[in-house]
Amino acid sequence: MSIRGKALIAGAYEHPRREIPDRTVPQIHAEVAVGALGDAGLALSDVDAYFCDSSAGFGTLSMAEYLGLRLSYVDSTETGGSSYLAHVGHAAAAIAAGKCTVALVTLAGRPRSGRGIVRPGGDSTPEGEFEGLWGLAGPVTNYAIAARRHMYEFGTTSEQLAHIKVAASLHAQHNPHAFLPDPVTVEEVLDSPMISDPLHRLDCCVITDGGGAVVVVSPEVARDLDRTAVKILGHGETVKHTDNGRIDVTYSGAVWSGPRAFEEAGVTPGDIDYVSIYDSFTITVLETIEDLGFCEKGQGGRFVMDGALVSPGGRLPFNTDGGGLCNNHPANRGGMTKIIEAVRQLRGETAPAVQVPDCRLALAHGTGGSLATRMGSATLILGQEDA
Amino acid sequence: MSEDRLPTDAPRPTSATQEFWAATSDGTLLLQRCDACGTVIWYPKGFCPACSSFATSWFAASGLGTVYSFTVVRKAAGAWQKATPYVVAYVELAEGPRVLTNVVGCDPGSVEVGMPVQVVFDDTGEGTALYRFRPLP
Repeated sequence: MSIRGKALIAGAYEHPRREIPDRTVPQIHAEVAVGALGDAGLALSDVDAYFCDSSAGFGTLSMAEYLGLRLSYVDSTETGGSSYLAHVGHAAAAIAAGKCTVALVTLAGRPRSGRGIVRPGGDSTPEGEFEGLWGLAGPVTNYAIAARRHMYEFGTTSEQLAHIKVAASLHAQHNPHAFLPDPVTVEEVLDSPMISDPLHRLDCCVITDGGGAVVVVSPEVARDLDRTAVKILGHGETVKHTDNGRIDVTYSGAVWSGPRAFEEAGVTPGDIDYVSIYDSFTITVLETIEDLGFCEKGQGGRFVMDGALVSPGGRLPFNTDGGGLCNNHPANRGGMTKIIEAVRQLRGETAPAVQVPDCRLALAHGTGGSLATRMGSATLILGQEDA
Repeated sequence: MSEDRLPTDAPRPTSATQEFWAATSDGTLLLQRCDACGTVIWYPKGFCPACSSFATSWFAASGLGTVYSFTVVRKAAGAWQKATPYVVAYVELAEGPRVLTNVVGCDPGSVEVGMPVQVVFDDTGEGTALYRFRPLP
């Protein structure tokens, strides 16, 4: 069975704030839920399927009660920042199987204002006993180790990584909600403080409160809505891990999730007009675009130079909202905002300066956990309503 | 290089890992090998993910390896902030597995991918020691 064309994204909403000390995490879930349903022209009473992570109490149990939902399908798949793309794929499969017709997916968190920090893993993980002793200073340590090895094997440079941040910043200047709205130069990235060699501060994403939501519906529901919907054409997901100690940090799970999504959609990387690529760090983008097949393995550094990622006009316009590097990385998880900007592109509703002309096919990719180490990868391919 | 030893918190062994950590206090790095297929297992778990066998045996590793990849941490939290800059690395053991650890006993700026290293043990004061690696002289 394929999900191609059997479900659509009818509503999308990104919380406009980046620091929200006056709301609880469940309140933010509720705000974005109502926002996305309102965008679709639907209400909470229409929802029969609900998807969220573990950030709000007891996952779907707590939030279904909080939102007053009556459900026939629930899913709290937890693969870090890739969860929400997986949720959309699962929702499409459930709709295709006749389990539900209106699926709500929400993300919310408040890492910036202090409470509501998402803490994946923790002391209870079996691997923690062997990995929690060495002074890992958050996710950046593992991402830096991946970047170092990529540089060793392929000659990738810090300057090349900096071009990814520069492209994101050029887009963010057109987003009135962006946390970091000012363009930066390669030199400014390289001159920013080293956090964990070879990653500088400006190789890292922002830390923001916030959230977002999307509504996935059956074709029958979509037909009755006034709002332009976006068709779900393909989905792939996986977990990549350390493989019994034979870890290879130069590639991500996108090598498996990407081809599955392309095959289901019946398209190739060359057909894609716009990409939302998970950008927790610059190296996340570099490895992912290689692994999805937008360039040869090891050639990502050369690929991203000379404005390749800048919209419009670049060979691979990416993250036109400014991405996690500049705009928003709500709850320390950028997966939801990747979907939302892809929906905006396909609807022709991004900031005019960064809109890809006649954007017909978009890809959104999420990364969870630690890049190439122990991670979730999820890929969605989306198209215009008549795709 | 900082003269002070890196923070050395005691691990919390489980029934599956007690033997591993007890051996560290004698300066021995134990590994598990699958009795059925011979695969060297990391991390120790009494289960072989290669062939699904629960029959495994401990053996002493050589303590030798090379740096697979690493980072120099410049910004950290708590006790680790005082230890910056320090090296977090994957060391590829001679027996195969790549293990997360610290490289110590040298200037962090001198660490390179491929550098040969050997195991050293830092006593936790609780009957265990942490396996770290220093460059081979």
